[in-house]
Amino acid sequence: MKLKKYISFFRLRCVTGLQYRAAALAGISTQFAWGFLIIFAYHAFYRSDPTAFPMTLQATVNYTWIQQAFLAMFASWVLDGDILEEITSGSISYSLCRPVDLYAMWYTKSLSGRISKVALRAVPILVVAALLPAGYNLTAPTDLPTFFLFLLTMVLGALNSTAFTLLIYVLTMYTLSSTGLRSLLLTLADFLCGGVVPLPFFPPALRRICELTPFAATSNVPYRVYSGDIAGTNAAFAVGLQIFWLLVLVLGGHTLMKNALKRVVIQGG
Amino acid sequence: MKLYFEFLSIHIKKAMQYKASFLLSALAQLFIPLTCFWGVQFMFMRFKQVDGFTYTEVSLCYAIVLLSFSLAELFFRGFDTFDRMIGNGEFDRVLVRPRNEVFLVLCSRMDLERFGKGIMAIFLLIWALQNCPIDWCAARVMTLIFMILGGVVLFAGVYLIFAGLCFFTLEGLEFINILTDGMREHGRYPLSIYGKGVLTFCTYIVPYALVQYYPLMYLIGRHNDARAMLLPVIACVFIIPCYLFWKFGVRHYRSTGS
Repeated sequence: MKLKKYISFFRLRCVTGLQYRAAALAGISTQFAWGFLIIFAYHAFYRSDPTAFPMTLQATVNYTWIQQAFLAMFASWVLDGDILEEITSGSISYSLCRPVDLYAMWYTKSLSGRISKVALRAVPILVVAALLPAGYNLTAPTDLPTFFLFLLTMVLGALNSTAFTLLIYVLTMYTLSSTGLRSLLLTLADFLCGGVVPLPFFPPALRRICELTPFAATSNVPYRVYSGDIAGTNAAFAVGLQIFWLLVLVLGGHTLMKNALKRVVIQGG
Repeated sequence: MKLYFEFLSIHIKKAMQYKASFLLSALAQLFIPLTCFWGVQFMFMRFKQVDGFTYTEVSLCYAIVLLSFSLAELFFRGFDTFDRMIGNGEFDRVLVRPRNEVFLVLCSRMDLERFGKGIMAIFLLIWALQNCPIDWCAARVMTLIFMILGGVVLFAGVYLIFAGLCFFTLEGLEFINILTDGMREHGRYPLSIYGKGVLTFCTYIVPYALVQYYPLMYLIGRHNDARAMLLPVIACVFIIPCYLFWKFGVRHYRSTGS
């Protein structure tokens, strides 16, 4: 019963998101062009020195396509305008009157907003990417267990990524308007989770540190599990770390929000 | 021109009202290309060269593209966010004023913090020029200047097309991003590494290669044909069809009425 209201938030958001089909089409074509350019560049580096590649070329290509397909899910800069508006305009006071947990409600809102965006974009991108000529295409994972592990880490990654976004909203509650600080953090987060270049391309020492951070617990794990770049005990460790960070981020975010609400000041009338 | 500086000073004053916020935003802008450049750095820690281009040559290439982009973004931001101007009906106000509408759109918006990217570009350019063994001569200095200015003109042209399309779609079209933000990000490598298809597109359709790859080859001394210096100038012809398209759009403008 208690869960039901969150499920309806979830459905409401998904239906709203699905309205923007033309935007999705434009997004898909952009992401295709983007993906191709990235892959062409990797090919050029591969031609220059194949031995210096830290993961196989195919794994890199797969990483790129999955990244493009699920961009809306993990891209740290995808924030929910409604929530930010709520905080700065003061209409948060209405939400506070509702008999729901604000954290849970925002979490559901953010997650469902992302899922609806990805639902429209991911499948066409993945299907077309799979049909491309060899060397540029998305290949299937080696076996079924890998695929299920990919799904599991994907779900955990998405939950982690949303929990991180919630932290950003909570931060906004403290600072009200700091677009600058916010976008700075988001740019850094995107880099640290392997958004610019995958973590295996980082210098070894930095890579080892980054792999332990919550940023790596988002998109980095599923994208690399897919091609078997993370497997066996490494995969078990990565999943454990994802769960650990999920707990920390959710509990931390929840506590911080409670704290912020204690001294909430409603702006304006 | 005097009026333009008047607008500029208003925008500067506006930005200076919130100094801390302005500086943070500028810093955030600086970080976008910085992380992108870290990506390049990490690649070159593993690879000595890519398709014959060294780390410093790629840095120089990126610095030039980035500087062009940030200048264009600074001065042509009004066109970059033109969908909003149409959406809220502000363009109606522009049309009734006794000035050229391009001029007024240019003046309507200047986000000075966006030049954070330009600061990054300037630092990178200085560093790359110090470390890149370039056989300097008057023609090569001119090439560098033309590359930067030609790039600004091309980005401006794409912004004009974007704004022109807004007249018909009323909404901003995301895929134009690939020609602006896409060029900013992927223009960090000389366009030839992306293969023949991309190079051909960027030579004949949207002539980015004329301000990037071809003159760069002359600048870094791959050949000594100084005529390459003029390629960015030729590329500027691109702005003419863009401007005509914008004009065509203005003629078909129907207010959204809001």
